[in-house]
Amino acid sequence: MEVDEVVCLPRLSRVAVCGGTHGNELSGVYLVRELLKEEKKVKEKEDEEEPVAVLMVLSNPRAMQQCRRYVDTDLNRCFTHATLNGPMSDTVPYEMIRARELNAMLGPKGSPEAVDLVCDLHNTTANMGLCFIAYSDCDWICLHIFRHLQRQMPDIPMRYIHFDVSSKESYSLDSVGKHGFAMEIGPQPHGVVRSNIYTAMKVGVQHMLDWVRFFNSGTIFEGGFVDVFTMVKHIDYPRDSETHNITAAIHPQLQDRDFCLLHPGDALFQTFSGETVRYKGSEPLYPFFINECAYYEKGIALSLARKKHVMIPSIRVRTGQEQEANEQGFASEEEE
Amino acid sequence: MSSYNNSACYSEARRVAIFGGTHGNEMSGVTLVNLWMKNSAEVQRKRVETKPFITNPKAVEKCTRYVDTDLNRAFTPENLSAPGGDDLPYEVQRAQEINRIFGPKGSPEAYDVIFDLHNTTSNMGCTLILESSKDHFNLQMMNYIKKAIAPASCLVLLNEHPLLKYSTSRSVAKHPVGLEVGPQPQGVLRSNIFEAMRVILKHALDFIELFNEGMEFPPCTVEVFRVSERIDYPRDANGNIIAMVHPNLQDGDWEPLNPGDPMFQTFDGKTIHYQGSGTVYPTFINEAAYYEKQQAFVTTRRETLVASAIRKA
Repeated sequence: MEVDEVVCLPRLSRVAVCGGTHGNELSGVYLVRELLKEEKKVKEKEDEEEPVAVLMVLSNPRAMQQCRRYVDTDLNRCFTHATLNGPMSDTVPYEMIRARELNAMLGPKGSPEAVDLVCDLHNTTANMGLCFIAYSDCDWICLHIFRHLQRQMPDIPMRYIHFDVSSKESYSLDSVGKHGFAMEIGPQPHGVVRSNIYTAMKVGVQHMLDWVRFFNSGTIFEGGFVDVFTMVKHIDYPRDSETHNITAAIHPQLQDRDFCLLHPGDALFQTFSGETVRYKGSEPLYPFFINECAYYEKGIALSLARKKHVMIPSIRVRTGQEQEANEQGFASEEEE
Repeated sequence: MSSYNNSACYSEARRVAIFGGTHGNEMSGVTLVNLWMKNSAEVQRKRVETKPFITNPKAVEKCTRYVDTDLNRAFTPENLSAPGGDDLPYEVQRAQEINRIFGPKGSPEAYDVIFDLHNTTSNMGCTLILESSKDHFNLQMMNYIKKAIAPASCLVLLNEHPLLKYSTSRSVAKHPVGLEVGPQPQGVLRSNIFEAMRVILKHALDFIELFNEGMEFPPCTVEVFRVSERIDYPRDANGNIIAMVHPNLQDGDWEPLNPGDPMFQTFDGKTIHYQGSGTVYPTFINEAAYYEKQQAFVTTRRETLVASAIRKA
């Protein structure tokens, strides 16, 4: 890649902002409700020509109503191609039906009709600040949006987390759009809305939508470097071999220290009888999702990541001409 | 209880229970009680029979606050005497069972002391919950605990309010003691919170042992925070919450809230101020379980109670 090369990408005409994918992660629930109210007011005022269509979606209304993460099964694991397109048995979990509805609304996943960008709002009980979670470490759109938020919100600790999962195996709601990421903010207990967390999410979403409008109007965004944390592995709690109940808690020296480098020999857990269990890996790694409530049942006490410096190119939106030329190029390729 | 001069006599506290999992997702109590049910050495004391007990096993299994109805509101006289057996809501059945084992509530056969272990998402630190300002045994115990853990703090919340008081699991005992430690998210086990609760229980059991051995505890004063008013979130005509606890009030449990201080922040950024007539001490600020109970926080007033000297009868 040339140093001064500007990568041209298609405009982002349709953006989805989703809240309540987990019904008890309340910042997103209240924010999307609020944005839906504001949208109604704007529509009532005048017919504005919006260059970007923003869809506000409450993903899991039944779980929201009960203030639970999910009703039958985790909605944010239902978006693999297999789950979306496979056969349905007689007793289908509510969330699988809902996933197919969302796929029809925002997708279909993998097709040209899919929305251009999905931003899925989440909260965590872990002390993670604001995180983007994405399947790609080379989606320039997501990385540039992240960089923009970092610059606009310097007081909020922000990280970009990359799960190295192929498009075929990607399972979360944000994988339905052509581009997508989860915006995860913590710490916030589930079932609670903390004003500072809500405000950070509201401001973050606003800056994201501003960036999309700047991008669509032709702004060139200069390249540079972004730190990306790529997930390497999870560590489960020590458990009782018979009952499978946990026998230790996250060590006080590790609790709340997300993204503080964990070295071999550092404390991980404290058993209920007071012993320290230490990290036995050979490589220092960055812990995150430390003591996330919802992950007890998934067997995850914390996740570990490697940090790398990723070079992102300058980008701008493809012009109408460039877009046509691009499509003709495909057409003539097909003829050959 | 009988009185002589300013000294109150109580019978020996022989039967003590430790309740965990009254709310199935409040993990410190669930974990401690499971630990002690396996090996109760830590909670045994001379002349005391200590029974650790999981009050709401189905809720614990699902890691949820309750299955049908809040167990910690279920111990009303109506519920305890309701016929219907298996048709009753799960928690009402549990309440009747607990009343059989540890009560009957109000009778001489009831357990002497029940410690009920709870967590809160509020920044309340260690809090002891008292149901009667006239329970000198409990007041002396709380005084003992506070002194034992100093300089760490442990505050006493008194809920004697005729309308806001509720029928707790622990109310089955002669001397009910609530332990509330936060902040901890529901479903999460934090090491520091777990250890803090463990230490408080240790001192509480030490007190009972000393009392049973015949130690006399001289009169003392105990600072308490008496529950005054429940404040709900601002809501719209459809009952939806339209504002959050203000950043200035968030995590400010036990700090003075003065008339005019910021209280709530609407979702579009406007501040709503506290309109009370005087300074109050808010607590249970932004407790997750209370959104459905229409409670953003409770106000309390500071009071000093005098506890008589006590000794065993």
